[in-house]
Amino acid sequence: MIKSFKNNIKGILIEGLTLSSALLIIAIVVVMFTVIFIGGKDQISWEFLTSFPEDGMTKGGIFPAIYGTALLVILMSVAAVPFGTITAIYLTEYAREESIIAKSIRFAVRTLAVIPSIIYGLFGLGFFIKFVGTSMDNAFLGGQLKWGQPNILWASLTMSLLTLPVVIVSVEEALKTVPRDLRAASLALGATKWQTIWKVVIPGSISGILTGTILAVSRAAGEVAPILFTGVAYYLATLPGSLSDQFMVLGYHIYVMSTQSANVDQTMPIQFGTTLVLLMLTFILNFSAIILRYRIRKKKTN
Amino acid sequence: MLPEYYFSIMTKKIKKRKKSDTSNSGLIDITKKKFRWSDYLAEKIIKGVAFLSITIIILIFFFVFRESMPIFSSAKPAETTVASQEVQETYGEVTDQSDKQETYGEVTDQTDVQETYGDVVDTTAANVAAESYTVSAGSGHDDNQSALKTLMSKEWYPVSEKPRFGLFSLIIGTFKITLISILFAAPLAILAAIYSASFAGKRTKEIIKPTIEMLAGFPSVVIGFFALMVLATFLQEVFHYETRLNSFVGGIAMGIAAIPIIFTITEDALTAVPKTFNEASLALGASKWQTAFFVILPAATPGIFAAVLLGIGRVFGETMIALMATGNAAQMGMNPFESVRTLAATIGAEMAEVVFGDTHYNVLFLIGSVLFIFTFVINAIAEFYVKGKLMKRIQGK
Repeated sequence: MIKSFKNNIKGILIEGLTLSSALLIIAIVVVMFTVIFIGGKDQISWEFLTSFPEDGMTKGGIFPAIYGTALLVILMSVAAVPFGTITAIYLTEYAREESIIAKSIRFAVRTLAVIPSIIYGLFGLGFFIKFVGTSMDNAFLGGQLKWGQPNILWASLTMSLLTLPVVIVSVEEALKTVPRDLRAASLALGATKWQTIWKVVIPGSISGILTGTILAVSRAAGEVAPILFTGVAYYLATLPGSLSDQFMVLGYHIYVMSTQSANVDQTMPIQFGTTLVLLMLTFILNFSAIILRYRIRKKKTN
Repeated sequence: MLPEYYFSIMTKKIKKRKKSDTSNSGLIDITKKKFRWSDYLAEKIIKGVAFLSITIIILIFFFVFRESMPIFSSAKPAETTVASQEVQETYGEVTDQSDKQETYGEVTDQTDVQETYGDVVDTTAANVAAESYTVSAGSGHDDNQSALKTLMSKEWYPVSEKPRFGLFSLIIGTFKITLISILFAAPLAILAAIYSASFAGKRTKEIIKPTIEMLAGFPSVVIGFFALMVLATFLQEVFHYETRLNSFVGGIAMGIAAIPIIFTITEDALTAVPKTFNEASLALGASKWQTAFFVILPAATPGIFAAVLLGIGRVFGETMIALMATGNAAQMGMNPFESVRTLAATIGAEMAEVVFGDTHYNVLFLIGSVLFIFTFVINAIAEFYVKGKLMKRIQGK
């Protein structure tokens, strides 16, 4: 009797401990969001979002950073989504689950997902800029420096390598929700494998591809390390007009303003405002991805 | 609804095609599988693209290493054999000139420089030729040699008269910060995962999981900003230490970034334990918490181990938080309230200002290779060792 009573107390304590750690984590999230929201909410206005920085970045808006981020994620998606989707199709439709090829591709994808983002930056510098870019310059422009330096194209491609695993994993999950019967029916009716994939499997998993794209975009919008030396700039007076231009990005804007600007205190509202914009952007994207994914999973269980 | 829809579309299309087929040949031979170029090509292309991720890994390996290689293979090829003759002559003079050149022969041997020097001259003339070539050519190789020597030293002064690239302090700093953040994040995340997997009701679970997944969506630069602006001040008020930005603040901030990873994988591992374990334990009279801690938790330990490993990998390579919240001073002390500089932050901070092809540039790529190998190994361990163990334990083999 006494023993079970002791056990009960212990049980309550332990359960309380686990509950409080869960609550602490939630509290961290809430506090972080609240602090940034309170610090930045007064700053956000239409003008802040649509005007250029002024007076050595101490006043004005963040439009070039928003524009640069948008351009970056669009170029990134153009590169990452098709390749990620095709890899996922190979893994689910063509490769056998236990084959060495499939296993090593899966391992490579998971490795890509855990490589530190700064390594992608180094790779972008060493491969895209120094190797591909310089060779392009030598071949087409006779050594004139155009592609062999940081620009938005190389930054987007570097970013797309980082987001490739995100796309692959989401699309794979969605492809698996397309019922086997549907494929079998299509094949039984005489459609070839490719026709089945193109006309049956892909339309059935379009929401999964969309989820992957959204998650990839939200990841790319927040990452700074890969583009630190592949194309991002501190301040530009003009918007990037071609693929060989440099660009500004929200995340890098926050980093530079908070650590390297001459007057950190004066620009504090702008910093909080920029952080809030970035946070809201990633939140909205993540939230829509979660809803989409929830709907996919629901479909799977039905 | 959906299946019927697709079904109708497919049948229509296939009927159409069959009609046209029959009109051409009269009969269709259904036993023969027709070879179709489009299908063949599609399969080949898809397969080719799928190999892309493997190719990228190999390319990353190759290019990150390639840029760091000049430190080791510094000897440029000798131009002619005639050069070696000149070398023999000039050599004697070189020895007297400066202490820098003394380090030529064997890099590892620092004390008996003079002796190893003689050896080199005697044995391999070609080798010497290569070396002397760069002596006359300029500083490039010279720097590399002395840089290689300083790699294991304690000082990191990449831009000074005599650059010293002591990785040791950076490595210590990185490990210190990793330790702090894992000590903070792992217990929290694992306990929270236990709550979510074993105790929480369906409703609470639906709040906890998305919230923590939301944390995973926080860009690291935002967490770094929060640590820099708010957390650093708050912790300083609580603990009363001197430097505002230090490894403790950085560690906590990185822990926040690592929590969602550890939580998600641990939760997956806990819920992957078969229900029968749970039911058997409860049927034998164990209480809910006893089941959670003595039955389910041990069964899932390999998974939790993997979770912590991947958390370490995340913290180890984290750049933005390290740049913003750790103070960025390469110090060796064990005091958690001192500023530190991590490997990743060093790359992030210095790569933009470095001269391409310089020794400093190569050393930064070397740091990148170290980071890459470390995370690669961690991932491989988490992948193969842990998964094998987990499967064994759960299936009871």
